[in-house]
Amino acid sequence: MAFDLGAIEAQLNEAFPGTEDSPGAVVDRDGGWLVLDADQIPAVATHLRDEMGYDYLTHLSASDYRDHLEVVYNLYSTQPDQTGPGIPLKVRIPDRADPCVPSLVSVFPGANFQEREVWDMFGVRFEGHPNMKRILLWEGFEGHPMRKDWHEPYFEQEQKPFKSRWPNPEPPTPRSAEQRVRWRANVQYPKNFDPDPEQWQPMPEVDVTNGVIVDKIDVGRLDTDRILLNIGPQHPSTHGVFRMVVGLQGETVTSVYPVIGHLHRNHEKIGERNLWTGNIPYTERLDYISPMYNNFGYVVAVEKLTGQEVAERAEYLRIIMGELTRAVNHILAVGFLFNELGAMMTPMLYGFAEREHVLDLFEEASGARLMVNYYRFGGVARDVSDDWLKRCRQVVDRLARKIDEFETLLTDNEIFISRARGVSAMSWQEMASYGVSGPLLRSAGLAYDIRKVEPYSIYESFDFDIPTHETGDLYDRYRQRIAEARESINILLQALDRFPASGSIQTGKKSWNPKVPAGEVYSRVEHPKGELGWYLVSDGGTNPYRYHVRSPCFVNLGALEAMSVGTLLADSIVILGSIDTTMGEVDR
Amino acid sequence: MFGLGMLKGLSVTMRHFIDSYLYDRKPWEPRYNSEWLEKHQAIDGKGFFTIQYPEEKRKITETFRFIPMLVYEETAGDPRCTACGICARVCPPQCIWIQRATDARGRPKAQPKGFWIDATICMSCGYCTEFCPFDAIKMNQVHEMPTVDRDRDMFYDLDKLLVPVEYYAELHPSDYEAEEAARRAKEEAKRQAAEKRSAAAAAKKAEAAKKAAEAKEAEADKAVEPSEPDDLTRIEGIGPKISGALHASGITTFAQLAGTGVDRIKQILEEADPNLLKLADPSTWPRQAKLADSGKWDALERWQERLKGGRGA
Repeated sequence: MAFDLGAIEAQLNEAFPGTEDSPGAVVDRDGGWLVLDADQIPAVATHLRDEMGYDYLTHLSASDYRDHLEVVYNLYSTQPDQTGPGIPLKVRIPDRADPCVPSLVSVFPGANFQEREVWDMFGVRFEGHPNMKRILLWEGFEGHPMRKDWHEPYFEQEQKPFKSRWPNPEPPTPRSAEQRVRWRANVQYPKNFDPDPEQWQPMPEVDVTNGVIVDKIDVGRLDTDRILLNIGPQHPSTHGVFRMVVGLQGETVTSVYPVIGHLHRNHEKIGERNLWTGNIPYTERLDYISPMYNNFGYVVAVEKLTGQEVAERAEYLRIIMGELTRAVNHILAVGFLFNELGAMMTPMLYGFAEREHVLDLFEEASGARLMVNYYRFGGVARDVSDDWLKRCRQVVDRLARKIDEFETLLTDNEIFISRARGVSAMSWQEMASYGVSGPLLRSAGLAYDIRKVEPYSIYESFDFDIPTHETGDLYDRYRQRIAEARESINILLQALDRFPASGSIQTGKKSWNPKVPAGEVYSRVEHPKGELGWYLVSDGGTNPYRYHVRSPCFVNLGALEAMSVGTLLADSIVILGSIDTTMGEVDR
Repeated sequence: MFGLGMLKGLSVTMRHFIDSYLYDRKPWEPRYNSEWLEKHQAIDGKGFFTIQYPEEKRKITETFRFIPMLVYEETAGDPRCTACGICARVCPPQCIWIQRATDARGRPKAQPKGFWIDATICMSCGYCTEFCPFDAIKMNQVHEMPTVDRDRDMFYDLDKLLVPVEYYAELHPSDYEAEEAARRAKEEAKRQAAEKRSAAAAAKKAEAAKKAAEAKEAEADKAVEPSEPDDLTRIEGIGPKISGALHASGITTFAQLAGTGVDRIKQILEEADPNLLKLADPSTWPRQAKLADSGKWDALERWQERLKGGRGA
């Protein structure tokens, strides 16, 4: 079914006609976005979910336009005949002092984390949200940093390039960066906070369990007690700096409260200050396990705004780099999963050895192993040699062999099967309601892959399958990753076979400060970890006006509690590992 | 059968274990061996993958980038950098500071007076190199730089940044070759275009010039006595023969030469001896003469080092 926003608008107008007293649900049309009446948004969302099949809310964020705020939603459908572009919705909030929108958590539980992020960054209150607390910053932080009038402590200038660098700067003194930073110049303290150490009072304790007390769980004849256990923030199996507050009844998990934000550096504020080009190397710092694909997602999003064509040879290079990343990411994810299960080092280090070969290829092609900075608008940064392509094929063959070896090593292992079968099983419907995407969602049986449902780059020209599994338990998540790594090998072989022998790797002239036409776009790609999206707003200048990253790990973590409750403590660690999170992307 | 899967898995680890004895360094071989390293990190390598850093080091590729450096041609006082500021502006973390040099009259000069890079901020993205129009800033590959004083050792100024072009050519040979080839092709195209232009202009002006020359000759008779003649051979490209020809047509001082158009000089040479033009290209002479007239011998010499027989380099 061809996607037609006008038809959807008409259907919504029919379902929610305006009366004399109240307006209809759709109050305006803003480019490709439907502007909704804020009060009716839960009703409209319920209608879209139940009557029209749009049951998958993947992206929710906001934007500050100085005179008003906007909250944006991207709804997609899991129905096989309705996949493809989703419905972009937005709500305008003229009140900047106390902006307020009804919460969607009751309709889409996945909105929970993203609404909290919007509250944290923009100060938009979501009425009816069960736990309206900050998520990336700490309670007591002063201000909402993504607002345009908020400036960080060492604020220098609204946008880069800074005037203090060229043409006639003072010689920078003092020379060390942290002494130059004018911490004192713009520090904002929480209300009622006295910076005098003599007067210092600890901040009031925040109840992270949100007051949820679960009744005693019967565990045989043992007398159990309810305790709260902090795991992290520096626990080795938490995939970075991550803290889980786990409520326990005996050994059974009754609640999980993820505390995140330890690696938060406000990637988005930095992104709005940077040039459009300047953001490419920053995206690698999101998910540092698969940097190439972060580049990929960002340049695809900007090319949607500019409408720039991509050179054919560059498209193939993009696919090759992207799929190498995916295969390696899945092998590593399996390695980490076994690390959490107690198979301490072997699978993980086998995975790392394979990764080295791929990183060697990246280093030669781009100049760096991890922070590649390889994709450019309309192309890629450097061409590769024939010798590189030859070695790439050897590495791909090796990866295929090694995936077989992984399967021999792990798939039939009885200890693994008894630990993983049936643990944390979840239906795809429930996962979709949490906004979960990527291998997790497919392991539960839904063949939803953005490379197929909303193809970007030249994925349409490749012949590959979307593997799925049935139950979504730990074992299926493992098998899903192995199967997807095999499909990546399949795509890589096709790409290497058809690789154009010559040609340009860049369309047009590469500019260091390209202007991007005014507009707004939500663009998503199938990152190895799930749906990686960019919500970009351009005002026609050389810097983004709004730069938002819809991080797959962040949203997938929202389902952690639902996946963990009722399992044993030891399994909850493995469940976290099976979600495959990278904290650099969760905390941004 | 329960346990079969585990045994299958253990066969894989066992194979790796045996491989590490079959394919790896033998106890009687030298402990740190770079040949060994290359063999085992090859794509078809088996056995250990780990290395004994720092005794053994991985080879880094030619494209590897770390912290920027500035390239100079012959002396450190003559960097390729023109202080255009593109690198300072494109730098995503803004770790480059550039001060433009000024000449005696305070006008900006195409040269950096100060250039600082804060290596603690630099994110090694390579944008400065990629967008530099003069191939002046390149990525260094020195990546092991432990230090006890960040202010002193991690903050790079011109002294630390400048490297000779040979060093760059050694680090990135294929990039260097490609750039040089591109530059030669561009120069060749420019030279051909200039030749075509001058040939056309010469033909067009031949008539008018003849008349003008006659008029000038008449004027020259009336002209005031020329001042003390200068040694015109100090101009690169002017030998005794050309100097004589110029003297014969009344040009004896730098000031006069500086005030003469290139076409006029060509005409003089052609009249004196048509073969002279094949050897000499007078296009830079008036500008050289201007420097000589104003006594800027240092600048002239620096420039002449780059000139080949008076042709622009």
